[in-house]
Amino acid sequence: MRQLDLAESKRPVSPLSEPLEPLLTNDVAIPESGGTAAIRNPSEEAVFRLADVGVWYGNKHAISEISMSIPLKRVTALIGPSGCGKSTLLRCLNRMNDLIPGAQVEGSVEYHGADIYGRDVDPVEVRRRIGMVFQKPNPFPKSIHENVVFGAKVNGIRGDMGEICETALRQAALWDEVKNDLRKSGLALSGGQQQRLCIARALAVQPEVILMDEPCSALDPIATLKIEDLIRELVQNYTIIIVTHNMQQAARVSDYTAFMLAEEHGVNAHLIEYGPTTEIFTNPRDKRTEDYITGRFG
Amino acid sequence: MTAQPVRLKAHGAVARRQAVSSVSRYVFLGATLVGVFVLAFLAYDTIGTGGDRLSWDFISNYPSRFADKAGLRPAILGSAWVLAATVVLAIPVAVGTAIWIEEFAPRNALLTFVKLNLANLAGVPSIIYGILGLAIFVRFYNLGPSILAGALTLALMIIPMTVIASQEAIRQVPSSLRDGALALGATRWQAVWHNVLPGAVPGIMTGVILAISRAAGETAAIIMIGGFTFLHFSPSLANPIASLLDAFTILPIQIYGWTIDPRQEFRENASAAIIVLMAGVMTLNIIAALIRERFRRY
Repeated sequence: MRQLDLAESKRPVSPLSEPLEPLLTNDVAIPESGGTAAIRNPSEEAVFRLADVGVWYGNKHAISEISMSIPLKRVTALIGPSGCGKSTLLRCLNRMNDLIPGAQVEGSVEYHGADIYGRDVDPVEVRRRIGMVFQKPNPFPKSIHENVVFGAKVNGIRGDMGEICETALRQAALWDEVKNDLRKSGLALSGGQQQRLCIARALAVQPEVILMDEPCSALDPIATLKIEDLIRELVQNYTIIIVTHNMQQAARVSDYTAFMLAEEHGVNAHLIEYGPTTEIFTNPRDKRTEDYITGRFG
Repeated sequence: MTAQPVRLKAHGAVARRQAVSSVSRYVFLGATLVGVFVLAFLAYDTIGTGGDRLSWDFISNYPSRFADKAGLRPAILGSAWVLAATVVLAIPVAVGTAIWIEEFAPRNALLTFVKLNLANLAGVPSIIYGILGLAIFVRFYNLGPSILAGALTLALMIIPMTVIASQEAIRQVPSSLRDGALALGATRWQAVWHNVLPGAVPGIMTGVILAISRAAGETAAIIMIGGFTFLHFSPSLANPIASLLDAFTILPIQIYGWTIDPRQEFRENASAAIIVLMAGVMTLNIIAALIRERFRRY
């Protein structure tokens, strides 16, 4: 098994296209959380394999014993009531938890066979492959053009910035709305447009995976629909992992759904059930999943 | 039976709250007027006493024992040199310190100790900085009572307050911008340079304005290290760097020298010099404010 080299390379960076290594077959045994039948890992090619992942914030065990494999070029939704550690788990996948003082990650998160928490792994190398879109649209206070090409520039991607900008904006279904005002501030756009701008910004770095942390929670229903359509469009080329507190959204956009639940708010969250979205929503195997999706709590 | 129309005119508790609210407006107006009135009176008195003395000769002459021939040339140029050198020495160190504390420093006891001491240093009387400057720069490093020694001393004096203002400015930049940049694969430094600093510049400039104003009016520390009041030469415009090792005087010392002279004509000179100093500080403030506004766009 060749490991993807995530260590910061000293050679000149050609970040565009380090070919992603031949994908692993699904032969690594994933320890099953609590050995329940409710965790049904997809048999497809995996991007991430998590084994006993836990996160401590100081002396608080926020999430624990999460083991799952996340398939390539699929939408995987993380659902659960607030405080159940969905966002914490998501932020483990591109090392954004590093930024929270006192956060400690345990277990292993393998990305194409390479442990992203391994020694020598540089978080910058991880993050340019694994992009992220946040809950609240956070365009930079710069022009639309500068917003989109920012990631490409800081990563040393050479090329026609105008073209990179247009491609990313087209992919994010924003081009037609902004093509005549690329010099306008990103902050002058509507909330939904800002979020698509943030998606375009992430795409311009040419990542393989896009993590989305409740990307529609600050948007109105029409803007939400546009983002959801966009997610279905993007999944042809990208792996998407989306945190949502909206079960209908998970049902609409995702191929696989993981349901998480904490013992109490923010403490000791576990993965309760994981499997194909249709099964989770029509035939949940765990009583707690059923209670949650039928609206009995959360 | 006709229903009573709802009474929407303020009465009872609402009327009382509104009364307090309208009084508060005048209280705050009064607070503002106290400051404005005092400043206006001082300006009126100063301009009335010294306004007639203002002339090109007054600005370009060397000091003299005859009040009508005395001028500010060495003091104006000395102040300009000292302030320029102070800003060049202090701002990079102060902003660098603030960036380290806010963006890079590990949150530990050492950091708390450093922050506490910065706050203490900001409150140390300027004469103490003068004594320190005399002992270290003038004597130990043998710089003599030179512009460089004065600038180093003033730099030490304004660094703590500039660090604290810059820290505050950096903290005001929303962390979503920092996270957004890092999630795109920017390094810590790239996030600081492209996202945090541009957002912090307006606040940093406010701190710099206050610091420059304080340094421009500083007398005690400069007297301590040996600024003169009666010089027949001034920093050379032709050779500005070599001039750093020359003896010097500054406007506040010249003003002080003139005010302690019992003759009325010298008192008029002092008032005129105060007008020049105020005009100079105001010019610097306007420049800083323009920089601040430039960065406030978007």
